[in-house]
Amino acid sequence: METTSGQMSADVVIRMEGVQKWYDHFQVLKDIDLEVHRGERIVICGPSGSGKSTLIRCINQLERHQKGRITVNGVELGPHHRQLDTVRREVGMVFQSFNLFPHLTVLENCMLAPMKVRGTTKAEAKATAIRYLERVRIPEQADKYPGQLSGGQQQRVAIARSLCMNPKVMLFDEPTSALDPEMVKEVLDTMIGLAEDGMTMLCVTHEMGFAKSVAHRVIFMDRGEIVEQNTPEAFFTDPKSERTRSFLGQILAH
Amino acid sequence: MIRAFGYNEFLFLLSAVQWTLMLSVIAFVGGGIVGLFVALGRTADVKPVRWLANGYIQIFQGTPLLMQLFLVFFGATVIGIDMSPWVAAAVGLTLNTSAFLGEIWRGCIQSVPRGQWEAASSLGLRYPGLMRYVILPQAVKVAVPPTVGYLVQVIKGTSLAAIIGFVELTRAGQIVNNATFQPFLVFSIVAAIYFALCWPLSLLSQRLEARYAAPSR
Repeated sequence: METTSGQMSADVVIRMEGVQKWYDHFQVLKDIDLEVHRGERIVICGPSGSGKSTLIRCINQLERHQKGRITVNGVELGPHHRQLDTVRREVGMVFQSFNLFPHLTVLENCMLAPMKVRGTTKAEAKATAIRYLERVRIPEQADKYPGQLSGGQQQRVAIARSLCMNPKVMLFDEPTSALDPEMVKEVLDTMIGLAEDGMTMLCVTHEMGFAKSVAHRVIFMDRGEIVEQNTPEAFFTDPKSERTRSFLGQILAH
Repeated sequence: MIRAFGYNEFLFLLSAVQWTLMLSVIAFVGGGIVGLFVALGRTADVKPVRWLANGYIQIFQGTPLLMQLFLVFFGATVIGIDMSPWVAAAVGLTLNTSAFLGEIWRGCIQSVPRGQWEAASSLGLRYPGLMRYVILPQAVKVAVPPTVGYLVQVIKGTSLAAIIGFVELTRAGQIVNNATFQPFLVFSIVAAIYFALCWPLSLLSQRLEARYAAPSR
């Protein structure tokens, strides 16, 4: 299954080895092995409840795994805060429900973590925030509150907020699932822009068009397992497993 | 000698209001400070801390305030501290208020959506910063109406300090009654003064609740 054995390990940003997780007696992740290389873009898909969100949430430990090893940028996630802090500073996350801080303006949303976590000065944090807001093409909304923005704009702010921490990896947890259809494109375009700049990305999404045009690798998960992974071309044209075929049949049959 | 209830008696009652208010303010401020830690304890990640905070809340919510005042007042004497009724009332009311405010605020902290905690943690904020900059500012908005509403309970609760001998509004009413023997008149006036203190706060609480309940957009 591993296609990467020849490459130098320094190039591996995320390594998961035999990762397992249970909710009580229900096993959500079964023996997950995954290596993500610098600059690699991976789309993870699968039916709901297949463990795909849980998998990426284990990478920044919003969910704790119970067995196996997860290494991010050479730091193994253990029980200690120090490792967790290091990893969270390097890994950005974008959520389905945006999760902007409603009591702060767009600009303040983007400045908070750099100032309080990285200790950058206010002026520097502001300059960075404006730079990334320009990049997601909403600098004019900087002084508004999240509640005054559309869903698509909020999600772009959420992306900018993560980028302000200058992460090495970006995790996307169904970033377009809560959006009205006409707003999906503006968010996907922003993500494509990120991809073109070489960001390492793991996206849980059902946007198969995005997977085809952007991903290096598509991973299909079902019942807590990685069932199949391949390049988008091979994945969509010649799926190996019956479960993958039936899943693709369901989401692509319009 | 029996006196008639007159202007001087009324002034005496009014001047006792300051002690009721002062005791209320101390209980509220002290209870607020301790209550914040109780609320943080109740929502902590560490189980023993949650249990401890919960036990504290259960003890103070499950026993009468009057017993708590007795225990502080007489308990201090038992362990050799000569505590004035004033200090005993302040300590007892502070502890009691902290338990109730702590439980009210726990609910407010937990009303902040889980996604806010997750977003803040994923940005690398640790507990103190996460609480201070993300969770508490949002919880405060929810907390203001019930907190102002609870202030009414604190003011009324101070009347129990009369029983350990602290001269506030209720105790002043007892003193005036002992001189005038007009209990219905005296305690009606005392009750009316309490009402005049509490009613505006109840109104304010209702108005704040309506304001914060309104759709925010």
